[in-house]
Amino acid sequence: MEKPLNNRAWLLVLPVLALVAFSAVLPLMTVVNYSFQDTFGGNQFFWAGLEWFDETIRSDRVRAALGRQILFSAIILAIEIPLGIFVALNMPKKGVWASFCLVLMALPLLIPWNVVGTIWQVFGRVDIGLLGYTLSKLGIDYNYVNDAFDAWITVIVMDVWHWTSLVALLCYAGLQSIPDAYYQAARIDQASRWKVFRHIELPKMRGVLLIAILLRFMDSFMIYTEPFVVTGGGPGNATTFLSIDLVKMAVGQFDLGPAAAFSLIYFLVILLISFVFYTLMTKEGETL
Amino acid sequence: MNLTWRDGGAYALLGSSGCGKSTLLNIISGLLVPSQGRVLFGETDVTGLPTLDRNIAQVFQFPVVYDTMSVRQNLAFPLKNRGLAEDVIKSRVAEVAEMIGMTDVLDRRARGLTADAKQKISLGRGMVRQDVNAILFDEPLTVIDPHMKWELRTQLKDLHRRFGHTMIYVTHDQTEALTFADQVVVMYDGRVVQAGTPQALFDAPEHTFVGYFIGSPGMNLLDARVEGATAQVAGVPIALARGYGPLSGRIRIGIRPEFMRLGTGCEGLPFMLHRIEDVGNHRIVRGHVEGAAVNVIVPEGQPIPAGADRIIPDPAFIHVYADDWRVDPAAVERAA
Repeated sequence: MEKPLNNRAWLLVLPVLALVAFSAVLPLMTVVNYSFQDTFGGNQFFWAGLEWFDETIRSDRVRAALGRQILFSAIILAIEIPLGIFVALNMPKKGVWASFCLVLMALPLLIPWNVVGTIWQVFGRVDIGLLGYTLSKLGIDYNYVNDAFDAWITVIVMDVWHWTSLVALLCYAGLQSIPDAYYQAARIDQASRWKVFRHIELPKMRGVLLIAILLRFMDSFMIYTEPFVVTGGGPGNATTFLSIDLVKMAVGQFDLGPAAAFSLIYFLVILLISFVFYTLMTKEGETL
Repeated sequence: MNLTWRDGGAYALLGSSGCGKSTLLNIISGLLVPSQGRVLFGETDVTGLPTLDRNIAQVFQFPVVYDTMSVRQNLAFPLKNRGLAEDVIKSRVAEVAEMIGMTDVLDRRARGLTADAKQKISLGRGMVRQDVNAILFDEPLTVIDPHMKWELRTQLKDLHRRFGHTMIYVTHDQTEALTFADQVVVMYDGRVVQAGTPQALFDAPEHTFVGYFIGSPGMNLLDARVEGATAQVAGVPIALARGYGPLSGRIRIGIRPEFMRLGTGCEGLPFMLHRIEDVGNHRIVRGHVEGAAVNVIVPEGQPIPAGADRIIPDPAFIHVYADDWRVDPAAVERAA
């Protein structure tokens, strides 16, 4: 049977194409445009070729920021994923408390990012902040403004506070989808708590966990607002993650060319890691 | 209810959906704790004991397999958890795999298998332990193909003969119950209304529900007035096999479609014939007596009289029900 062919259907896609062009393609192309040229203002551009890319890749500053970024993402994933699973496993499955816990867990997710930053910025201050003041009264030397280690701790704890809920809620949804018969069968089979987790709960959470890890990785890898508000990237460059460094370069120093090259590399790195990660996870799922 | 499950018996727990069959099963296995009453295994009160200490196997309605494991690991799981020796596990798994016909897929992942195959694994896991007190089946063949159903049910029956485990099989399908079990327990609205052999359930249903639920079509029930050895139905006197004393409540007579014949003239009950269904080895004649649906089974080879407008019940097979419960004439006589 021959299918009727009507190429006019393509016209229906046009509005979307136009929207995407304006919202994504054009800005991206502008960045690509900047990355290959040099400008001294006054709308004068000179061809620079791959110079900016070369410079960015060799730059110690960018490499250091990338290192910090990878370390940060690794740490928060290592904390938030197990913690989120643990919280989800211990949340009540039904009843009033289940709804209460859900609302409670969702709260941090509803707070605007710069407000989260401000909350922790104040919370950690040694002079007036509840956390900072208490710690210093307890004789613990804590100052996120001067001490790089304290700044890291603050930013990590803040991120854990902000985002563990997301992992927990996703896992909770995964757990809720497990029929009771599975738990009953496990009891009949005399499976230990660990085996129930390993052979029933974890496999059933695999899908949502994959999404949780991917989301948390991408988000943490692009983190800007919260650390910017709390530490401003300091002390020194201690908490200057990739996007903070990028903004400094583009807006602070007005180095549009290098910043554009940096952006593109940054974008490709996230795309690459996410892709590799996704492929690995789904592959593992098939053989698991 | 007070019910004794004999060790080594093959029981079926029969009833319509939502009548409490699964609940009863879960109480036996300890997945649920009864709000009152006791569960005894032999002389031991196990009411408060967890599933773990009851040593019971249970198979559920929908397949439960451990996705991460191979078929072999799935079957071995209950044994491994009990710390059995490796060679014992090996031989048991091989035996059970043979039984459910999955020997050639033992090393496949359980994950990608069809629902049929998964349910067979669930059945296998239920049967793999040899020392169980009882094996409970909660409508285990719901998701399985009809032809496979027969095969598996035969295998279960076979298994029961070979190993003599106590088996309790929950179902709402009478064929399944009657072919599997030596003893059928019929539940209705949370109560056990009758427990007995398939023959007993057929011959003397203790409750109208049993009469209606067992048999195809079920027992015919007609409102009646019973005086001594006569029942008045639709203004026609019907002779009963024995006499009954005074009865109270809603009185009905019940008679199976197998024990009536069609006729013309003035003998028997006035019958309005609606249609005749030929189901192969017999015909089902559907009609009404005074507005109540009545079915009659006419065996193959027997003619259906033209213009049949009467049904004649066989007095030996008429039961009298008062408020849905069968009136035992012997008991009535004893009381008199």
